Amino acid sequence: MILQAIAFYLFAFVAVAAAVMVVTARNPVHSVLFLVLTFFNAAGLFVLTGAEFLAMILVIVYVGAVAVLFLFVVMMLDINFVELREGFQRYLPIGGLIAAILLGEIVFVGGIWAVAPGVEGALAEKVPEGSALTNTEMIGRLLYTKYIYLFQLAGMVLFVAMVGAIVLTLRQRPGVRKQKIGEQVRRRREETVELKQVQPGEGV
Amino acid sequence: MMVFWEGYALPALILIGWILLIVVPLLVGMALLTWYERKVLAAMMLRKGPNVVGPFGLLQPMADGLKLLMKETVIPSGANRAVFLFAPVLTFTLALVAWAVIPLGQSESGIWVLSNINVGVLYLFAISSLGVYGIIMAGWASNSRYAFLGALRSAAQMVSYEVSIGFVMITVLIAAGSLNLSEIVLAQQGGFWNWYWIPLAPMFVVFFISALAETNRHPFDLPEAEAELVAGYFVEYSAFPFALFFLGEYINMIMMSGITAVLFMGGWLPPLDVWWLNWIPGPIWLGLKIAFLLFVFIWVRATLPRYRYDQLMRLGWKVFLPLSLVAVVAYAGVLLYAGWLPA
Repeated sequence: MILQAIAFYLFAFVAVAAAVMVVTARNPVHSVLFLVLTFFNAAGLFVLTGAEFLAMILVIVYVGAVAVLFLFVVMMLDINFVELREGFQRYLPIGGLIAAILLGEIVFVGGIWAVAPGVEGALAEKVPEGSALTNTEMIGRLLYTKYIYLFQLAGMVLFVAMVGAIVLTLRQRPGVRKQKIGEQVRRRREETVELKQVQPGEGV
Repeated sequence: MMVFWEGYALPALILIGWILLIVVPLLVGMALLTWYERKVLAAMMLRKGPNVVGPFGLLQPMADGLKLLMKETVIPSGANRAVFLFAPVLTFTLALVAWAVIPLGQSESGIWVLSNINVGVLYLFAISSLGVYGIIMAGWASNSRYAFLGALRSAAQMVSYEVSIGFVMITVLIAAGSLNLSEIVLAQQGGFWNWYWIPLAPMFVVFFISALAETNRHPFDLPEAEAELVAGYFVEYSAFPFALFFLGEYINMIMMSGITAVLFMGGWLPPLDVWWLNWIPGPIWLGLKIAFLLFVFIWVRATLPRYRYDQLMRLGWKVFLPLSLVAVVAYAGVLLYAGWLPA
């Protein structure tokens, strides 16, 4: 047990410290790299609670895809750090307000168990102890039976967003020559090669 | 004291022993792989290859490694030091940690694997998707246009081919009914015709080609096309950091071959289920399969010309992605209809 406790505090401490660094780092690229570290430690915490599927998905989706896009965008942008610092004073009140609301809500969610003990019944069923199913299978069964419509709806929302992004950025310029692999492969020898008998001293 | 020894120190020592048992042969294998690549390439080009240092030139990798260690580590003046030095370490570490879940063999007492986790396939996928970071960080931290452009090229390529690798892994796990790598191997028992490379033949081809692209090998080696473009994200690296990138890349090659062997070629299983083949231990079979796949890697390098960048993107997004997407649905449908779906 003590090893688990040490691992928990290690992951939790690094996650919080990295999260603080995300906000305070001077260089935005460093911020994103610290964000990746935060995600990674959150995945470690998931593994400790026995949710190995969620941990791996967190790493694949957020670290492997989303954060890479962040990193690309941040690297490409030409950010003036001094200007960013100047805006700090102006955005402090609204940022502080949002942080306070979020903190209040988290405390409230945590406090529900104390305020209304009966609420535990409303939680989804846990994986029974000693069950033969792994939690990957449990999540799969739940998502594809009970929550299938919501799951499909979420998929559709993402799909629409993807199509929207493609439509917005697709640009057809006239007069651009592109390689058409299909046409190249369909070409026959007879259509393109002509054998000419060139007589001496005449030319083609 | 006794409790501490039996509860913590001894398991930790055993674990370290296991890790060394995997990592040391891996590093030796990686050194041999550079020799093997040069020898095979030389044979295909009717040359001799390395033959001066040691018997058959076998000590050539040692000489090369020593040379890299003795050189001076140059850090560009505008570079972001911490990130610049961390990138090769990250690449190298990621190449090694993936081996924790690869099952190496089997005995009566169980599977020979460092960590037999239930989500082995996802773990491998997660680790390989992290590989992009080493590249982007190296390119960005070098503070050089060439390195940065090389990093963008490389990152876009890896992200593109990861998608189809993911779908191929999904077809394998639909067929095997498990995310656990040992169970995927055990699902292929009973001779080489039961290995997934026959029933999932199209996926095997897609996976192998994507593996070439993922490890930045020929014919997709645009990140380091030394003949036409500057050497990509590691132009600014020298000496030991460069050696770490180099090691990481070759270990990644061995690892992708290992994953291919586990997913499609029955991992540690012998080709025929007879006693005298079963008598040969699993790691040797796995090693032979990996060596064969690496030979194909090198063979491809000696044979095919390099892809153009737009062709590379076209192949990934317009050919492999739709193909593997359709294959996931088709295989799942056939298995469901025929009732072959594993419980």
